[in-house]
Amino acid sequence: MNKPLRRIAIFCGILILALLVRTNYLQYVRADELNSRDENRRVRIERYAHERGDIIVDGKAITGSVETDGSDFKYKRVWKDGPMWAPVTGYSSQAFDSTQLENLEDGILTGNDDQLFFNRTLSMFTGDEKKGGNVVTTLNSAAQKAAFKGLGNQKGAAVALDPQTGAILALASTPSYDPSVFAGNSEKDAAARAKLLADKDQPMLNRALRETYPPGSTFKIVTAAAALENGLYDDIDDPTRSPLPWILPQTSRPLNNEGNIPCKNASLREALRWSCNSVFGKISADLGNKKMIEEANKFGFNNEIFTPVRADKSVFPEDNPSQNAMAGIGQASNRATPLQMAMVASAIANDGKLMQPYMVAAREAPNTDTIYTAEPKEMSRPLSAENAQKIQQMMETVVEKGTGTAAQIDGVTVGGKTGTAENGLNNSKKPYAWFISYAKTDKGSPVAVAVVVADSSANRENISGGSLAAPVATAIMKAILDGK
Amino acid sequence: MSVVTNTTTIGAIDAPSRRNTELMMMVFAIAISVFAYANVGLAIDGKLPSGMLGYGAGLVLLGGVAHLAVRKFAPYADPLLLPLATLLNGLGLVLIWRLDQSQRLIQRAEIYYGGYSPDAPKQLLYSAIGVAFFVAVLMILKDHRVLQRYTYISMVVALVLLILPIFFPEVNGAKIWISLGPFSIQPGEFAKIFIAIFFSGYLMVKRDALALASRRFMGMYLPRGRDLGPILMIWVLSILILIFETDLGTSLLFFGLFIVMLYVATERTSWIVFGLLMSAAGAVGVASFEPHVQQRVNAWMDPFAKATMDHSDQIAQSLMSFGSGGTLGTGLGQGHSDLILFAANADFILSTVGEELGLAGMMAVLLVYGLIIERGIRTALAARDPFGKLLAIGLSAAFAIQIFVVAGGVMGLIPLSGMTMPFLAYGGSSVLANWALIAVLIRISDTARRPAPAPAPSPDAEMTQVVRP
Repeated sequence: MNKPLRRIAIFCGILILALLVRTNYLQYVRADELNSRDENRRVRIERYAHERGDIIVDGKAITGSVETDGSDFKYKRVWKDGPMWAPVTGYSSQAFDSTQLENLEDGILTGNDDQLFFNRTLSMFTGDEKKGGNVVTTLNSAAQKAAFKGLGNQKGAAVALDPQTGAILALASTPSYDPSVFAGNSEKDAAARAKLLADKDQPMLNRALRETYPPGSTFKIVTAAAALENGLYDDIDDPTRSPLPWILPQTSRPLNNEGNIPCKNASLREALRWSCNSVFGKISADLGNKKMIEEANKFGFNNEIFTPVRADKSVFPEDNPSQNAMAGIGQASNRATPLQMAMVASAIANDGKLMQPYMVAAREAPNTDTIYTAEPKEMSRPLSAENAQKIQQMMETVVEKGTGTAAQIDGVTVGGKTGTAENGLNNSKKPYAWFISYAKTDKGSPVAVAVVVADSSANRENISGGSLAAPVATAIMKAILDGK
Repeated sequence: MSVVTNTTTIGAIDAPSRRNTELMMMVFAIAISVFAYANVGLAIDGKLPSGMLGYGAGLVLLGGVAHLAVRKFAPYADPLLLPLATLLNGLGLVLIWRLDQSQRLIQRAEIYYGGYSPDAPKQLLYSAIGVAFFVAVLMILKDHRVLQRYTYISMVVALVLLILPIFFPEVNGAKIWISLGPFSIQPGEFAKIFIAIFFSGYLMVKRDALALASRRFMGMYLPRGRDLGPILMIWVLSILILIFETDLGTSLLFFGLFIVMLYVATERTSWIVFGLLMSAAGAVGVASFEPHVQQRVNAWMDPFAKATMDHSDQIAQSLMSFGSGGTLGTGLGQGHSDLILFAANADFILSTVGEELGLAGMMAVLLVYGLIIERGIRTALAARDPFGKLLAIGLSAAFAIQIFVVAGGVMGLIPLSGMTMPFLAYGGSSVLANWALIAVLIRISDTARRPAPAPAPSPDAEMTQVVRP
C-alpha cells in the first residue's frame, strides 16, 4: 500500500503548494491593485487617519481637522466660514467623498502626492506623525467677504480676478452651505446632506463656476470688441449707421430698446452708455455668426475652463441671423458663467491680454516648504491694446454718466457695464441683474469683477444690473483697492 | 514497510522516543503564542494585555498536560504533531482575541445580537476541552486496531451525526448545527473521523475483492456490485445529506476522502479517474439546480461584481485583506481584517493572518499545516497494519483537503464553502474534533514507531554467530 501512499503525499503537497502560490500571487503580485480598489475601506481609513493639510487664504487657514470618535475615521474636516468659502474649497466628507479644491488637491492635502515623496521619507526617519501639505490660494478674504455679504440673501454669484495675473480674488455663490455639516460619517451627516440636496434653492450649486446665465447687456462688451477688431467701426465717437427701429434679420420684428433712449445712429460710446440693443444687435448681425463666435471664443467662450476647479462651458451658439443678433446682446442661447464675464472685464482692463484664471498660488509640504508656485499664464489676446483702451473709455463713460453710476469710487477710475437679462419665456420670470467692471489705478488694473443676481426680493421693475449687482461689484473693488 | 530495519537477530534496539524533542518544541510553540499575545496588546493599547498571565498560564497548562499524556500513554509517538497543533491553537487564540478588540465587530454584535461577549475566553475553554478529549483518546484507545471492531457502529454514528442537523433550524443558510440549549455543535467535524474509521475498516476487509475481483470495462476495472455497493451507498447518502444541508465544504471533503482511501486500499489508478468523472458530474449537477452553489460560484468568478457585493462582500473583503497585508503584513492588531465582519474569526480567520502577518506569516502557517499533513502521511507509511495505514492516510487526507478547501476559498482560489481552519478558527466543534483527530494520529504513530518487542531467544542464533567471521 506504500506506492499509492506516496502518490497521495505528492497530491497533498500539490494542494499546499497551490495555496502557497495563490498567497504569493495575492499578496505580492496583486497587492497594489487590491489596495487601490474603491471598495477598499482601508483607503478611506488611512485617508482620515492623519490630519489633513489646510487650504490657506491670506496666510490663514480656512479649513481645519478635528479628531472624532465613534468610527474608524480618526479625523474630520472642518471649515471656518464654511458657507462663504464653500464655492472655493468644495467639501471633503468621510461619507460623501470630496469636490473642488478638496478633491483636486487631495494628494497634497493628504500628503500622499508624489511631490511629497522626499518629505514623507524624511519624516519616516524623524518619526514625525504624517500630516498633509497645504494649498495656498490666490483669494483675498476681504474681497470674498464683500462679495458674500453683498450678495446676502439673494440668489447669485460674484467673481473677482486680478486682470494682470488671472489670479482669482473672490469667488462667491449664494445661497451657500456649510460643508462642515456633513463632513462626518454619521446618520446626522447623511440627513444634513440629504436636506441640502432637497433644498430647491440649490445651496450646493456653485453658481460662480457651474451655472450659466444669459449675460444680457454685459455681453455688449464682447460685441463691441468684435466690431473694433473686425474694423466695422474705428472711432468710438463716430455715429454708427443704425436705424431705429431696427428690424431683426429674416423677421418683421423690431429689436426694442429699454425705454426711449437716443440710439439712432448713436456712437459706440453712447450706445454702450445707454445700452442700446438696436446698435449692438445690428453689429452682431453685420459681423455674422462666425465672426461673433470667433471673438467670443477668444474671450474663453465654448470651452471649459480649469482654475483648477472646472468651470462650465459658456456658450456663444451657432445660430440663424436673427438669433445671432439676439445673442450679440447677450440673449437667445447665449449663456455665460460669472467667471466668464469676469474674464471679459479683466481682458479689457488688462489692455486686451486675457490671463488664465487660477486659484492655487502655491503648494506647501507639511513642513511649509514651498513645492510649487503658480506662474501667471497668458490665455489669449481677444483684442489689441488699442481697441481695449477704446472699450475702457466706453466702459468708464458708463460708470461716469451712464447706467453704471452706482459703481463710482472716489479717486479711482472705474469702468463697467450693466446687464439685465430676460429670463423665461417672454421674460416671464424675474430677470437676471448683471454687472461687470474693473477698477484702475496708475499701476494698471488690480481687479475686475462680474456679479450676477439671479433672484432677489426686489420688485421686478426695480431689478437692474445698476441697482442690484453694481453695489456688490463696487464693494468687492473697494475691498481690493483698500488692501493695496 | 517498517522503519526499524535491523533484523530481529540482534535484538530490540531502543528507538529514541523523541519526547524531549517534543518538549522543547512545545516550549517554542507556546513562547511564540505568548509573544504574539503581548504583541497584539502593545499594538492596540500600548501596554501588555492584562490577561497575559492567565492566557500564558492556560496555554502552558494545556500544552503541559498534553505533553505529559503523550509521555505516559504514547511514548513513541511522532514528536512534531503535538507542538504543531499547539502552535496553531495558541496562534488562533491570539487572533481571536485580537478580533475581539475590534470596535467594528463589537458594534455589529450589539446591533444583531443585542450584546457582545468576547470569543477568546470561550475558545480557551474549548481548547481545554479539546485537550481533555486528546488525553482521553490516548488513555482509552490503547491500540488503534480496536477501532476496527467498530466499523459499522462508526458508520451509524457518522450517519446520525450527519442527519441530525436536518431537524435543527438553519443558521446562515446552512443546516450544519445541532443546538442544545446554550451549546451548538457542528457534527460534520466529528463525522469526518467516524467516516474515516468506517472506510478504513470496510476497505481493509474488502480491498482484495475490490482490487481483484473486477470486470474489465472500457480499459477500467469495475468491481462487483456486492463489494462496492455498501460503501458507495454510504458515500452517496452522506453527500446527499450534505447537499440538502447545503454544507458544500464537508461534502467535498467526504468525496475526496472516499477517493483517496479507495485508491490507497485498491492501488488502482482507475479509481481516481472514476472519482474525478463522478465529481465533475456531481459538481455540474448540483451547480445547475442549487442557487446557493451558483451564488458561490459567481462570487468566486468575480468577487467585486456589483451583484456579488450586494449579496455579500466577504470574498472581496478577504481578498483586500490579503492584499493589504502584502509581503510582511501590517503587524498583529494593526490591520483591518475585521471589515469582513461576519465569520471574521471563524471561516475567515486566515484573512487576518494574511493581513497582519503578511505573505511571510501566511507561508509559515500553511507550512505548519503542511507539516502536520506530512507527519500524518509518514505515520501511514510507518504503520504496520493496513487498518492503521488506511486510517492515518484517511485522517491526513481529510485534514489536507479541509485546509485546501478553506484556505482556497478565502483566498479566492476555489469557490467558498463554509468550513473552518483546524485549530486556528473559532469554534468548539472544530477544536474538539481536530484534537481528537491528532490524538488518533499520535496513537497510530506510537504503535508504528514502538520498537519491536525483544524476540524470544532463538536456538539458531548462536550458531549463526559462530559462522560469522
